[in-house]
Amino acid sequence: MATLLVLLLIIPAAGIIGLYCVPVAQSARIGAAVGTLVFLLSLVLLPLFDYNHPGQMQGEVNRSWVPAFDLHFHVGIDGISFPLLLLTTLLTALCLLYSARTTTKDESGRAYTALLLLLEIGMVGTFVAQDLLLFFIFFEIVLIPMYGLILKWGTGERRRAANKFILYTLLGSALMLLGFLLIHAKTGTFDMVALSRQHGAGMTASVQAAAFLLVGLGFAVKTPMWPLHTWLPDAHTSAPTTGSVLLAGVLLKMGTYGFIRIGVGMVPEGAHHYAMALGAFGTVGIVYGALACMAQVRRGGDFKRLVAYSSVGHMGFVLLGIATLTRIGIDGALFASVAHGLITGLLFFIAGGFKERTGTTELYALGRGLYERARRFGVLIAFAAMASLGLPGLAGFWGEAYAMIGAVKPANGLPGAGFHLLLVFAGLGMVLTAAYLLMVVRRLCMGLPGDAVPDLHYAQVPDLTPRELISWTPLAGLTLVAGLWPAVILALADPAVHNLLGGAR
Amino acid sequence: MSAAIQSIDFTAILPVLIVAGGALILLVADLFLDDIDRPLLSWGAAGILVAALVAQTVLWAERTSQPRQTFCLNGAASARIGLCSYSVDNLSLTLQTLALAATLLVVLMAPRKYDVPFGEYHFLLLSSLTGALVLVAARDFVSVTVALETLSLPAFALVGFGRRAGGEAALKFFLMSVASTAIMLFGISLVYGTTGSVYFAGIQRTMAATGFHAPVFAVAAVLTLVGFGFKISAVPFHFWTPEVYAGAPVPVAAYLSVVSKAAGFAGLILTVEIAFRSYLPSVATLIAVLAAVTMSVGNMIALRQRSAVRLLAWSTVAQAGYVLVPLAVTSWDGAPYSTTAIVSANALGPAVGASVAYLVLYTVMNLGAFGVVSTLATDGSGGQLSRYRGLYRDNPQLALPMAFFLLCLAGLPPGVMGLFAKVAVFKAAVSGNLVWLAAIMAVNVVIALYYYLRWAALLFAGPTVASIPAGGPETAAALGGVVGSGAEGGGAGTVIRPIPLPIAPRLAVAIALVLAVVFSLWPNPALDALTLR
Repeated sequence: MATLLVLLLIIPAAGIIGLYCVPVAQSARIGAAVGTLVFLLSLVLLPLFDYNHPGQMQGEVNRSWVPAFDLHFHVGIDGISFPLLLLTTLLTALCLLYSARTTTKDESGRAYTALLLLLEIGMVGTFVAQDLLLFFIFFEIVLIPMYGLILKWGTGERRRAANKFILYTLLGSALMLLGFLLIHAKTGTFDMVALSRQHGAGMTASVQAAAFLLVGLGFAVKTPMWPLHTWLPDAHTSAPTTGSVLLAGVLLKMGTYGFIRIGVGMVPEGAHHYAMALGAFGTVGIVYGALACMAQVRRGGDFKRLVAYSSVGHMGFVLLGIATLTRIGIDGALFASVAHGLITGLLFFIAGGFKERTGTTELYALGRGLYERARRFGVLIAFAAMASLGLPGLAGFWGEAYAMIGAVKPANGLPGAGFHLLLVFAGLGMVLTAAYLLMVVRRLCMGLPGDAVPDLHYAQVPDLTPRELISWTPLAGLTLVAGLWPAVILALADPAVHNLLGGAR
Repeated sequence: MSAAIQSIDFTAILPVLIVAGGALILLVADLFLDDIDRPLLSWGAAGILVAALVAQTVLWAERTSQPRQTFCLNGAASARIGLCSYSVDNLSLTLQTLALAATLLVVLMAPRKYDVPFGEYHFLLLSSLTGALVLVAARDFVSVTVALETLSLPAFALVGFGRRAGGEAALKFFLMSVASTAIMLFGISLVYGTTGSVYFAGIQRTMAATGFHAPVFAVAAVLTLVGFGFKISAVPFHFWTPEVYAGAPVPVAAYLSVVSKAAGFAGLILTVEIAFRSYLPSVATLIAVLAAVTMSVGNMIALRQRSAVRLLAWSTVAQAGYVLVPLAVTSWDGAPYSTTAIVSANALGPAVGASVAYLVLYTVMNLGAFGVVSTLATDGSGGQLSRYRGLYRDNPQLALPMAFFLLCLAGLPPGVMGLFAKVAVFKAAVSGNLVWLAAIMAVNVVIALYYYLRWAALLFAGPTVASIPAGGPETAAALGGVVGSGAEGGGAGTVIRPIPLPIAPRLAVAIALVLAVVFSLWPNPALDALTLR
């Protein structure tokens, strides 16, 4: 198992080198093969994982790398990181498969594939790293590939968007590094397993508060938390389809994962100190995201931008769940993270399909009556929208419901009344979310094609292609599975969350 | 000092002797060579440097726990308490190796196109290097001053070889340097006057014993530090840097940015950490402010640069600010330095290792970047940044290393080496309770990323941004569009066409690249340089 985890990091790296050793025309195929291989290998972890002890770190490798920094190459997975790891390898494989046909057979296509693989190293590494400094290195590795994807293969104001993305994120993560060093200065270790076990021992409340603030700023930018979210809509609007899918599906999860694993688990008193603020910002994000989405349902509104703002809202629920500092709230946050990865990944793939059909992501460009004109495409849009608005029975429901249940009775010492107020606004946000998604469905899928706007050039919209089916069906299927059988994730996460909250001490 | 004849350990100074002797040999050999054979002098210089490096490895291998010292005051006790002028310890060995290796790369990257007189060029380069080698091993103020002048005087002439504004730059450099030396000498004379010793160890002992903190010593300390501030181009003593770098041949600029700067830092480290050890808390705040201002100003102005060498020049100013940060640390993990026992005369504070590590790692990435700029330089100058547009298409063997070096300088993976360097400094600052300075540095790292990244992105860009259809369908068309339109519009005259490159500059870039990759995976030799046993 330990070998497998290391292989998950080495194979993409070897793939990048391999890309540059074979004729350039083969690069897309190699990329797809490597992505699939990594995903299959991560599936092999499924039978190897010890489900009786999901709260324990498993498959650990721990070797000293840079003694001067006390940096260890320490990897492992537990019930919190395992679902996120699988989500990462799945989405990367789907992205590589999806773009395998369209990637050009030249130097540019090769660079594109190499960047996706580099991105995978960073994403996988972030979820398996068990050393704060190693975590930081992997956390940073994703920046350059995503920057490159947006800058070189994006559209619109991509330069601005790419710069905004990387500068925002780096400012956050530079402060995060200071937080890590502060933790190390006080506890003498970067070992995430040991720090989780100590659960804040060795750090005074004020040190923990400072560390949580520094670390939390880094994660808040990444998640993103309102008001630090402004890079997200631009980045999503400009990024190519695969970039958007991975950005929303995985990169945002690195922020929530960090909040849970490092913020809550290692500086609990700091988390407690800022929990109310975190919850409040999250709730503002829920309402703000929903209103911003609603504003996009108009002529000239952008579908990708809409999905991006909806991410701000969904991440607001995740933050609210984390802020309750309760087992059920954090379970919900984790579940919502995975569910959002599946659903929003699907939505951005749809946006990509949208763009291939119309050449734009403008919401009204597709016209009305998709149920009539492209039945399967229309149904898929409706399905993703229902999942996103949290229809019970689909993945979107459980995470947000759990987060809100957690807020009913937050952890000891947190102001119950304050969280109840947040609950009211979160509920309002939920209604608004349902409203804008239904508006989208009504606008796109319903009605008669004849109602379409006069300048519509796309009377004949091609239905789903086999390539799209292959890439998108797994996401739709998993959304259904996770919705009908949430225990598949919760059983993994719950014991680990219990440990994280100090239950194992 | 009533010294009779001091005993000299010739093995200890062998690298210096090889370089100094080699410089003279090259100068003489120049007289007997035809014009066609002159380029041989480059390889001769490279050979001398390799020989000196071999001598260095012997010294590395023979290290013991007690530093090897020579030119000591007579008397059995003087060596033990460190009244020696020349010391072979981890600091001097590390920085000497750095200077030798860096100069080797500089020699390799000086191709014929700079149109410099080969004999003089290499003679001056090696003479200057001799000064640098002595400086980092010197342990008294007189040796430091002499070495500093040996380092600087040939450098003026080297700058003067610049074809475009060399003379003006050399004059500016000369005046600034002389002024700074004068200021420093004034400071040193006051130090000698108040403590009665020129040996770093002697000054330290006197100050520790007497607790002598007269106001006049404050003046002495500040003046001395100002002198070094010029050498490392710390703001506000940095004004000469961009002009001189831009006016000099690119390899000379590379030499100044690395060897000259490292030697200046060595002098500063020795002065602050050994001579002024017990005075450190008083000057630490000054150094911290100097570091903050230096990195901020350097980065702010680098943002606006359009010329490759000028951008690198301002970036070296900013990087000097990072190196200064650990020197401002006066406590370690909560315990003030004054309570940490000073074991031997050459014991340095625990934070200085971060400065040295940063210098070593910075040398590799900075020389790599300068190496690429020098390789592509056409009219004796580095040219505008716009000339790097689309370099990847025309010359991937240079573009990929350049992108890597720039990411290293920015400190962002995959340039892990640069990240390690910055982590070292951050760690020193946090351990030394300088979180405010670390926070300023964090903001600076973000600012710096912008201009490094802009340059790196240019390497991969198409001919002009406007020629790419915006908002067109992505996937196949857009993916091909970036490069496709580049190929069609390839007539853009600003693009650097592949030119057959001589082997030596490529070798310099290749060596820097290999070192950068190795340090990215295994930075321990640099990080542990001062503590290796």
